[in-house]
Amino acid sequence: MTRKRRRLVFVVLGMLVLGGATALVLTAFEDSLVFFYSPTDIATRQLPADRRVRIGGLVEAGSIARGADGLSVRFVVTDLANTIPVSYRGVLPDLFREGQGVVAEGRLANGVFQADEVLAKHDEKYMPPEVVDALKKAGRWQEGATK
Amino acid sequence: MIAEIGHYALALALVFAAVQGTVPLIGAARGDPRLIGIARETAVGQAAFIAIAFFALMACYVVSDFSVATVAQNSHTLKPMLYKVAGVWANHEGSMVLWVLILSLFGLSVALAGRNLPPPLRARVLAVQGLIGVGFLAFILFTSNPFARLDPAPIEGNGLNPLLQDPGLAFHPPFLYLGYVGFSMAFSFAVAALIEGRVDAAWARWVRPWTLAAWCALTVGIALGSWWAYYELGWGGFWFWDPVENASFVPWLIGTALLHSAIVVEKREALKSWTVLLAILAFSASLLGTFLVRSGVLTSVHSFASDPARGVFILMLLVLFIGGSLVLYAARAPALKGGGLFAPISREGALALNNLFLCTAAAIVLLGTLYPLILDALGGGRVSVGPPFFTATFVPVMIPLLAAVPVGGMLAWKRGDLPGVLGRLKLAFGAALLAAIATLSLASIKSLLAALGLAIAAWLIVGALWDLASRLARARRLPRSAWGMTIAHASVGIIVAGITASQAWQVEHIALMRPGDVAEVAGYEFRFNGASQIRGPNYVAWRGAVTAMRNGQPVAAMTPEKRTFPVERQTTTEAAIHTTWLADLYVVLGEPDGAGAWSIRIYYNPLVPWIWVGAVMAALGGVVSLTDRRHRIGAPVRAARPAAQAAE
Repeated sequence: MTRKRRRLVFVVLGMLVLGGATALVLTAFEDSLVFFYSPTDIATRQLPADRRVRIGGLVEAGSIARGADGLSVRFVVTDLANTIPVSYRGVLPDLFREGQGVVAEGRLANGVFQADEVLAKHDEKYMPPEVVDALKKAGRWQEGATK
Repeated sequence: MIAEIGHYALALALVFAAVQGTVPLIGAARGDPRLIGIARETAVGQAAFIAIAFFALMACYVVSDFSVATVAQNSHTLKPMLYKVAGVWANHEGSMVLWVLILSLFGLSVALAGRNLPPPLRARVLAVQGLIGVGFLAFILFTSNPFARLDPAPIEGNGLNPLLQDPGLAFHPPFLYLGYVGFSMAFSFAVAALIEGRVDAAWARWVRPWTLAAWCALTVGIALGSWWAYYELGWGGFWFWDPVENASFVPWLIGTALLHSAIVVEKREALKSWTVLLAILAFSASLLGTFLVRSGVLTSVHSFASDPARGVFILMLLVLFIGGSLVLYAARAPALKGGGLFAPISREGALALNNLFLCTAAAIVLLGTLYPLILDALGGGRVSVGPPFFTATFVPVMIPLLAAVPVGGMLAWKRGDLPGVLGRLKLAFGAALLAAIATLSLASIKSLLAALGLAIAAWLIVGALWDLASRLARARRLPRSAWGMTIAHASVGIIVAGITASQAWQVEHIALMRPGDVAEVAGYEFRFNGASQIRGPNYVAWRGAVTAMRNGQPVAAMTPEKRTFPVERQTTTEAAIHTTWLADLYVVLGEPDGAGAWSIRIYYNPLVPWIWVGAVMAALGGVVSLTDRRHRIGAPVRAARPAAQAAE
């Protein structure tokens, strides 16, 4: 095999792998990016149908209602301007509380957000940045209010 | 007083590092042995003063001196001693002190053990280490002083995040940093080689043990972090493609590529400038990981404080070190004469392929990690890139790489015989086929991907063992590096099996259980016997009692806990795990419903223990390779040169 041929083999192989990886990344971005929406976004904009999204805000005080089986739970997420009801079945994270920030992932169905994942926070001072943004956009964020 | 001594020692270390980073460079350029010799003394001095600072900080934690701000914020008198000590690096400031301590210890070992290195090269390596030290010591002193005092001192500290009060996490950062910072050695050698304009087999032989040591430590560090997430977060998973996990995984992938390409430089004097580039990239990825995790750009259990000044400072260091080294690379790399292009079907060709796939994988993980940050910075809205993205992109890149591993390891240097090697791998191929068929016919849930995963696992394990056996048949004694390679490659098979089985056949069961209730999960019966309150050293907990049974026979008594830490006002979940080595039974106590019942999550996690076993084995393989004669030969020869030593 000549030097030129060898070089060609490596160049072609490299292009193939990188090209394949680029194609994989682009299709994966198409399918699996999860966008974040605040309750106000949902109220004012159309959600893409049949797509997993994240929502976030504060758990409205007095809104947590547990189902009869003890595992399903409904609560309302608010950015203090708009609200959205959320339903979830499973064990909630340790720090899930009324008045605390929460992020949930799932789909919107008939006006209720069906969450299949409610994200755990690591400590109680922590406020998800998405939630801070949502509250800021709704004009209800007070610096240091949740600290 | 102790705190002031520590602070002062850090400042002195900065001065030593500054001298170490400049004078030997001038000396090496001028060929002045006196200036070159300074590298060694300053490296020792820097390490000594950083060690003094580190132990001073530790002393403040041990005696709970709350007049020191970091101690007050992160410790508490009631905390067990292990976590008082581990608390030193469980916060931003202290962890950076650990970072520079490890950096200076690597410098110290080159200074003391590197006598076989040509003095100018050693001086340049130490100088680059010194410059990195200057950057990070300045970062600590100007933005993250761990010894800052509080006045008045609080009577009691704030305690440590309970999630971090855990043996797995106590040792996770030191190992991770050994890995991250260990790549600084490869970086320093690369930069020194670029300055000298010379890369040869000897250079690769010096670089490889450091890279290997760093790689082993990083492997253990990542495994510890993953193990911790598995049992502490209570979600039954071991890898979440969380940005901070990725931040440590990218350097690992590039480091693995570097390990392999350095072999090509050593044996064939080819891939030289590529290897130098990888050495720069491996440490750059480590720096980027430090930046992502420490700057507060990513919110996680790791981002202790998001002080913008710190982020800007680390970003500056990043630009300086990565940018500077890449500019040097661009200027000097063309001068590195390579050994010419080699045949694609050969050992070196296979190693180049390995590098291509590993670097592509690293690029994918990096892209998935940074994309949300970039999009957010450009005002494109908030998105999250989760496990589906990484499964769809990372796995397809890994499959051809892993399939090629046994073949590449058996190809000869220069010109390989692909049909011959494939012929010799008949047994491994049979094992892979058998694994696939068995998976498809026996498993309750059929999955082509699972069959493929287990086939690759069998292919890797049997391929590695068969290669070793056939080599043993030809030669009585094999070098340790051959044993190391076999262990490491087989362990990848074990890890792949663990990941595949746990992804395909994990069973999750959530139920509201009253005392006496029995849940059946994956052929086991779990009887809930009730929950009672207990008191720990610095927490109170609800402890559930669950008996795992098989066909009515008790297998294990399991006690999942839900701990509440009053000082930190935080609750943690302690999963109860019983391992049979073929599977983990995993029970988590949820919440009480107020009427005597508890929500309980039960997981059946097949083959998950194999992941940790595999990771430990992989690191062990690295250690076995490290003890190879090749790395010891020419290693420090004691005595012999007393006169020269006295003159130094």
